[in-house]
Amino acid sequence: MEVCGTHTVAIRRFGIQQLLPTGVKLVSGPGCPVCVTPDSYIDEAVALARQGMVITSFGDMLRVPGSRSSLEKERAAGADIRAVYSPLDALQIAANTKKETVFLAVGFETTAPTIAAAALKALEKKIANFSLLTALRLVPPALRALIATDTRLSGFLLPGHVSAIIGKQGYDFLPEQQLPGVISGFTAEDIISSLLMLLEMHNNDIYKVINNYPRVVRDGGNEKSRAVMADVFEPANAEWRGLGFIPGSGLALKPAYAGLDSRRRFAIKTESDPPRHGCRCGDVLRGLIDPPACSLFNKACCPDRPLGPCMVSSEGSCSAWVTYG
Amino acid sequence: MCLAVPMKVIEIKNDMAVVESAGLRRDVGIMLLDKVKLDDWVLIHAGFAISKLTKKQARETLAIFNEGQFFG
Repeated sequence: MEVCGTHTVAIRRFGIQQLLPTGVKLVSGPGCPVCVTPDSYIDEAVALARQGMVITSFGDMLRVPGSRSSLEKERAAGADIRAVYSPLDALQIAANTKKETVFLAVGFETTAPTIAAAALKALEKKIANFSLLTALRLVPPALRALIATDTRLSGFLLPGHVSAIIGKQGYDFLPEQQLPGVISGFTAEDIISSLLMLLEMHNNDIYKVINNYPRVVRDGGNEKSRAVMADVFEPANAEWRGLGFIPGSGLALKPAYAGLDSRRRFAIKTESDPPRHGCRCGDVLRGLIDPPACSLFNKACCPDRPLGPCMVSSEGSCSAWVTYG
Repeated sequence: MCLAVPMKVIEIKNDMAVVESAGLRRDVGIMLLDKVKLDDWVLIHAGFAISKLTKKQARETLAIFNEGQFFG
């Protein structure tokens, strides 16, 4: 399984799946933060936008459909929704307005430290109208949950930039479960050499985590980033699209930073609808089906008119299958 | 989502730095990485330096980036 959405895109873009020998199949994992964010989160963001707040977000989130609307639709209807590159840009927006400014804190371990650092900056600079609507997710608990329910997986291509933060030790549970893992970069050469390492370990019953991306990833990860993250956030139970609730797989603001929590600051009322009929994004995210097995794939649901988040995000499996075949 | 690009540190102001790559300059946070110095090559994600690279590693990664391969 390739865990990271960027790996999914690279594999299909370079046609690596066509090079694989018989008996080797790559399945996409839950490694696209946009894809695993449940509808209910978008509903919360839409509700805050309708209260007249400034909503700041990484651009990928804007087109993701919630139960009834998306941030893109709300923006077209006049809501103040702004795409930013960095949480620091969101903080700057807050500093320049009197309006309440909410940052949609979405991402994995790569991104969580940057949001923690922005939270600390908000307190340091006394920017009181800035808050975070958190949906941060942790990769190892999701992989542990997947392994517990799916016995077909024989190894993991591990996400490069998440690993730059958590290091090799973040995946100690893989060898314990007799599974190999390789931390990989994003070029064709990186991915092919990582797959070779996985196959060699698999064929020889070797269960280790290998760092095949040493030009970026230190074996120990980035301790300082982890310290900043641990200062501001604590593990919390979290819902993943397709995987359900996984204990300790999310990050919530610690009590000392509760003042920065949009959910504590504002009453957020949402009405949730049942999941969209026919969308099998959840099964795609668990690697149970390939995207074309969904009856909506590239028919009712396509990149121009996405129904499910795996088609919205350019890193989603469905989008990658349509774009690169 | 976890997109990251190598850039060179050309100025340090407390916990912020100016970084440059391919003619683009940006202010970034350096509080997530130990001992960031002038002329260091660092990997930038969402406006923060998250990893240090050697000059050789950065050149290799940038070369890949310029070939349009690196979009992790």
